Amino acid sequence: MNQNANIKSLIIDKPLKLDCGQTINNFPLAYETYGVLNDKKDNAILVFHALTGDQFVSGINPITKKDGWWSYAVGPNKAIDTDKYFVICANVIGGCLGSFGPSNTSSDTNKVYGTTFPIITINDMVNAQYNLLDFFKIKKLLAVMGGSMGGMQVLQFISNFPEKARIAIPIACTSSHSAQNIAFNELGRQSIMADTNWLNGDYANQNTNPAKGLSVARMAAHITYLSKNGLQEKFGRKLQERDDLKFSFDADFQIESYLRHQGSVFVDRFDANSYLYITRAMDYFDLTKEYGGNLSKAFEKTKTKFLVISFTSDWLYPTSENKEIVIALNAIGADVAFVEIESDKGHDSFLLNVPEFLNTLKNYINNSYLTIQE
Amino acid sequence: MKQEFKIISDFIEKNTRVLDVGCGDGTLMEYLKINKEIDIRGIEISKNNSQKCVSKGLTVIEGDAEKDLIQFPDSSFDFVILSQTLQAFLNPEIVIQELLRVGKKAIVTVPNFGFWKVRLHLMIKGTMPITKNLPDEWYNTPNLHMCTIKDFYNFCHDREIKLDKALALRNEKTSSINETNLNIKNLSAELGIFLIER
Repeated sequence: MNQNANIKSLIIDKPLKLDCGQTINNFPLAYETYGVLNDKKDNAILVFHALTGDQFVSGINPITKKDGWWSYAVGPNKAIDTDKYFVICANVIGGCLGSFGPSNTSSDTNKVYGTTFPIITINDMVNAQYNLLDFFKIKKLLAVMGGSMGGMQVLQFISNFPEKARIAIPIACTSSHSAQNIAFNELGRQSIMADTNWLNGDYANQNTNPAKGLSVARMAAHITYLSKNGLQEKFGRKLQERDDLKFSFDADFQIESYLRHQGSVFVDRFDANSYLYITRAMDYFDLTKEYGGNLSKAFEKTKTKFLVISFTSDWLYPTSENKEIVIALNAIGADVAFVEIESDKGHDSFLLNVPEFLNTLKNYINNSYLTIQE
Repeated sequence: MKQEFKIISDFIEKNTRVLDVGCGDGTLMEYLKINKEIDIRGIEISKNNSQKCVSKGLTVIEGDAEKDLIQFPDSSFDFVILSQTLQAFLNPEIVIQELLRVGKKAIVTVPNFGFWKVRLHLMIKGTMPITKNLPDEWYNTPNLHMCTIKDFYNFCHDREIKLDKALALRNEKTSSINETNLNIKNLSAELGIFLIER
């Protein structure tokens, strides 16, 4: 699924020492860009994607032929206006859309890595993507931003490279993955591993695919991205193309049919082992612990302006966890703004058409950019 | 209103760190940003207003001053502003204590319930006063703890809070308040503006 002429990629020759101890080099990092980098090179925005995202933020994704995952926010005249800004997004390492990941073939063994691929972390992902700044010869990004796992990468990026971005916008995220979130990720992983086609991760070498397991993982995760009210309002107890219950285990209810559909389209575009690796990276993320229990220390060296955004109905990365980031920043007098946006669309709110969110984001970026130019 | 902003601005020294508590839609913050070289932050409880502030590029956090000031370290600001908001808190006493912990100095402005028009309204009409500064009805007012200039003056005195400056505002005209003219100013002023410190 990653051999495609539409994928731009960079070969990183600088060795990267991973948190697990292994060093990788000459590995691919797939990326996409939108808009034009100006002469001053002060209009670049690095967007980080979430668990199942990819580099195709806006426009039509050439692989799935669907809208880019952040099309509501990124594009000409949109919140992140590609007529003004140069947007860069890379597929994370461990991913499956062109960057170095478990579905790559090892040149040593001529076999697909599968679970012999090294465990990667959010820190590793961010360090790999840092190479994009050198590649585009950008001294300082205008902004780094992202939602969910993208937000975790924002926090890690600023802590690793405190002088490399003027603005940081972590959205609907956390500084330390919670027990509940680890639990949901484990549920997804166990569902993949319980599929007899998983074959301890060696399925690609044996021409099979744990599609059922991956599909169930996606279905379970998808519920966590929505809210109870949102689900009730959209689906309620509505039946799927039938007048009455069928007294069977078919998808009687629309919500069942919806989830099955979400699961089945997901397996066409995502690699099961990548799902294992990326969820693991999220679970290992604990920036607070990295700084000895004091999150403020992660940001001590930075002058970056922060905007933290959460959503009222997001129970996966709730406002309280986003506020912990705000509190840590205020404790050291950092420049941090915070808003909690009213929405019943759950964690997925950041990906959807939520006007108050998109307007606030747009005006904040535009006004901050004006101040920088003065 | 303009005059209140000007006085607040005059109280604030250059190159200082300032926090506007209950910053509304950020009008005062913008005014101060333009007129003073300061590092200014805000905290605002209303979602709509917080979004307006952030949209302007202002550093504002959505939050409740009665709960969320705790995240700011002691003396982390040179000035903390509380403009016509004190009366809306559940516990104004704790808020004042917090302002003086977080800020080296605090600027507090209070709509004066002792203003003669307010007194006259209650005396003549016998209903809760409605004036330019107090436009709401008793049942929908956000104001829980109205006070007079004299009340606030005594409040500071009793708690050994230092009044660096005390000004009375009436028809955009300012005059200073002191021990001897307190009763007169308490009758004639619409707004009291105080610069206080521990």
